[in-house]
Amino acid sequence: MTQNEILGEYRRRSFWQTLGMFDWIWALAVLAGSGFVFSRYGAVMDSYELAIMAGVTLALIATGWSWKPLRMLSVWVTALTLFAIWRYGNTLVAGETDFFLKFLFASQSAIMWMSALFVAATLTYFVAMLARAEFTGKVASAMTWSATTMGLVGLLVRWRESYLVNPDFGHIPVSNLYEVFVLFAVITALIYLYYERRYRTRAMGGFVLLVISSAVAFLLWYAFTRNAAEIQPLVPALQSYWMKIHVPANFIGYGAFALAAMVGVAWLLNDRSSFMSARMPSQDILEDVMYKSIALGFAFFTVATILGALWAAEAWGGYWSWDPKETWALIVWLNYAAWLHMHLTRGWRGAPMAWWSVIGLFVTLFAFVGVNMFLSGLHSYGEL
Amino acid sequence: MALSATATRQSSRNPGSGLLLGFLGSMNLAITLLVTVGIASIVGTVLKQNEAYQNYIIKFGPFWFEVFNALGLYDVYSAAWFLLILTFLVLSTSTCIYRNAPQMLHDMRSYRLNVRFSSLNAFHNRHEWRTNSTPAALLASLTPVVQDFGYRIRSEQQGDHLIVSGKKGAINRLGYLFTHVAIVVICLGGLLDGNLPLKWRAFTGDIAIETRDIPASEVPPASRLPVTNPSFRGSVSVPEGSASDMVFLTLRDGYLVQPLPFTIRVKDFRIEHYETGQPKSFESDLVIDDAERNEPLEATIAVNHPLLYKGYAIYQASFGDGGSELELRLWPLLGADGTPRDIAGAVFKDLELDTSVGKLQLELTNFRLFNINPVQEEGKEKTLRNFGPNFSFKLRNERGEAVEYENYMSPVTMDGRDFYLSGVRYEPAEPFHYLYIPVDAQGGIERFMQFNTWLHDLERIQRIAGETAAQSLPESKADAPELAAGLTQSMVRLVTLFAARGFDGVVEEVEASVPEAEQSSVLDAYLKVLQTMLAVMYAELLTENGVDLTQGISMQDSVFFDDALTAIGALGSYGAPLYVQLDSFRHIQSTGLQIARAPGKTMVYIGFALLIAGVFCMFYVAANRLWFWIDTKDGQTRVLLAGSGLRHQRDFEKEFVRLQQILDARFS
Repeated sequence: MTQNEILGEYRRRSFWQTLGMFDWIWALAVLAGSGFVFSRYGAVMDSYELAIMAGVTLALIATGWSWKPLRMLSVWVTALTLFAIWRYGNTLVAGETDFFLKFLFASQSAIMWMSALFVAATLTYFVAMLARAEFTGKVASAMTWSATTMGLVGLLVRWRESYLVNPDFGHIPVSNLYEVFVLFAVITALIYLYYERRYRTRAMGGFVLLVISSAVAFLLWYAFTRNAAEIQPLVPALQSYWMKIHVPANFIGYGAFALAAMVGVAWLLNDRSSFMSARMPSQDILEDVMYKSIALGFAFFTVATILGALWAAEAWGGYWSWDPKETWALIVWLNYAAWLHMHLTRGWRGAPMAWWSVIGLFVTLFAFVGVNMFLSGLHSYGEL
Repeated sequence: MALSATATRQSSRNPGSGLLLGFLGSMNLAITLLVTVGIASIVGTVLKQNEAYQNYIIKFGPFWFEVFNALGLYDVYSAAWFLLILTFLVLSTSTCIYRNAPQMLHDMRSYRLNVRFSSLNAFHNRHEWRTNSTPAALLASLTPVVQDFGYRIRSEQQGDHLIVSGKKGAINRLGYLFTHVAIVVICLGGLLDGNLPLKWRAFTGDIAIETRDIPASEVPPASRLPVTNPSFRGSVSVPEGSASDMVFLTLRDGYLVQPLPFTIRVKDFRIEHYETGQPKSFESDLVIDDAERNEPLEATIAVNHPLLYKGYAIYQASFGDGGSELELRLWPLLGADGTPRDIAGAVFKDLELDTSVGKLQLELTNFRLFNINPVQEEGKEKTLRNFGPNFSFKLRNERGEAVEYENYMSPVTMDGRDFYLSGVRYEPAEPFHYLYIPVDAQGGIERFMQFNTWLHDLERIQRIAGETAAQSLPESKADAPELAAGLTQSMVRLVTLFAARGFDGVVEEVEASVPEAEQSSVLDAYLKVLQTMLAVMYAELLTENGVDLTQGISMQDSVFFDDALTAIGALGSYGAPLYVQLDSFRHIQSTGLQIARAPGKTMVYIGFALLIAGVFCMFYVAANRLWFWIDTKDGQTRVLLAGSGLRHQRDFEKEFVRLQQILDARFS
């Protein structure tokens, strides 16, 4: 930077001034999309759904402004989803006959592609890290972006498919264990991709993708042995606008906690082996990612649990029933509240926090899957 | 909750209260309490809560049942010790706020102008400049830059130096306050809505928990709560066309009656189904009769759409049968008289029956309009099919032993044939075993019942046996009466054996009375004779019913014969002397309402809002501080810039470097 540039630049521009042409095009595109949806489906949406759509529109614009790659992702996802919807027309039959749907973009196919790409990306990230090969790392990132794209396309197309199966069945695909596992993989990947760019390191990729690959393994097992991918109608208790916000907020929490745990694993390896530490960012950076991720997860998990309580007040007759799922959500919340207290007010750092973050994943995992497997209660929507 | 500094200050002021506050506000206590709450919560999820006490006794045995009961483990979340811990948690958090809030609020406002050079110089993020500009010029130069970075600044000339202090993101501190106040508010609201006062009154004996299964009108006043009770959560089942002005609160091993200040009438309850048969919606049409209203309030509630009335929330929680009226036809299964008898009953009502095996009590327990069952037919995928209405009942004998039945009203098609299904089980834990009664050509059960009666009609059997024996003997032996009589006798014997115990009965008889070597040949002969005899009886029955047999027996009638024999063979283990057929019904459903009054809800929701605001303030507002120390040193102006970021050091470092670069350019 020359002195003049610095002098000229010293006056930091206000937020609005920092927005360029593409930012405004982005905002207009998102608004146009929402406007189209409103004009076409506004009549059948209730006021809550309209409010949620307005909120999502603003959130998408803001996120796209502060994290630019999201825009390209959105463009691809939108384009591919619309393509798939167009190929479907008004019946599901095309899913079996149309080449593009059958092999690429029908929700099941897209989710299979997502699964394959995530597993491949995991391996590629590890190779890139161990061999310190930058280009391989870029390939791994590209694979992760593609997997995320396919996952989102899969979910969105599934949304449409649910209406094609039967207009009565139509619902957002976050209603059972199969659908939320896809959501989990996609959200965890997105959070990771954000940190990857922000901290300019791909060394954490393999670790984070490992947990995504595990989710994918479970997903495939679940889909093939239990026929879980079949689209089922919603039980009355789930027919609520709350589902649209409660579930995704929860999975931002779960995803961020999972990421923090895997970064914790990376920290611990970094700590024990000079071979690893030579290939990874400094422990400070890992620690920072871990903290940021837990803080993000905690904030969204708080929101999600509160949304859950508000929903419960409408569906189960009280904002808190000590239902196993609620109780385990509280335990998860307390666990990370304690972690954050220790980090912020006691200044705890290093191995204990990394271990704690790893253990946190198991607590989270139990709240997420274990409760459905072992405990019965009101919240038994994703039974194994 | 970095408390140590404040704690010492307060304890020097008042040692007694300081110690107490120190204990209550200590992080260790908070952590201990949180961990205990966590563990107790886990116990509550692992041990199923609020089940019938009988289940716990079966699970744990009498000794451990008592131990766990004393610990309150069957209702952990309202156990006295659990509530005590929560109370302490509230106290501990409140103390923490009380001790830290003033300091924090002060910090938020303060620019901390009284800093020393040495302490600034010890900061991790610092930078020093020497220039020839005057302090005033420097101040003018740095002010817009620092302000553009989002800082609010104050400056003050202190003796020989000028101090400039900047701060931003002070609401980060509010985050701390908001989150901790939120915890207290939520817990208080929750305690308000919990059944704390109720527990207390049950504990002191002010109210008595009713454990008997008696009509609500007979519940004594000691188990009735005042209508003014501010918070409760209870449920009640109301049949269509009926009304209720009370709900039941389950507590420990019994319940309490909670009267309502209004009456809820249920006009209608509806279930809609998806085409796959899964339920799509549950709705109740309610009418609220309230003396304070001029006209009744009509409302429809559904799952996720409760009715809020005067602070009472009325939820659609469950459903069941509301005492459907059933017209029944009783078909005797034993004896020669097969005349059916019609009788009217209703679900939840008992009927006394005189039968061939003595008095039986018919207890109607349930009626279901839809029965969506999975069907797996050979070579096809599993599908769901609606089997139509069924009803459940128990037959209890005079010794009190009961057998449970589940009979379907309409025939169900299995492998292309139609059957009346009747499930039977001797233990509640068993699955039902089904009896398949074939449907006759007229689509009824009559032919089967008639055939079954004939097999119990000794006179008829003897007559037909005599005729058959006479016909089957060869001409040459036709005049051997003792031979014919013997054959007749064994025919009669085989048919009665079969009618009582099925083919198994015949097999057992052979095994018991014939030497082993001859068993198989004797059995073959017996079965052949039995088959012939049954076929002759069946043919006579068909003829009597006007079926033309001159072209031989039709395929359909022949299949019926086989199915009928299978069913009659199974009657031995059916356990009932009669078959109860559902002739017609009037479906009366009941809706399960949950009614709650939660005055603490508003408080809890305010707590929620505070919590969210606080969490985001804490994590996403960076609280940073900067100081400029400007003085004259060695004939030059010296500027020391130092700064720190609370909680976000890494981000602050980046900002600091950027600021430093810009100032570099401006100062030089």
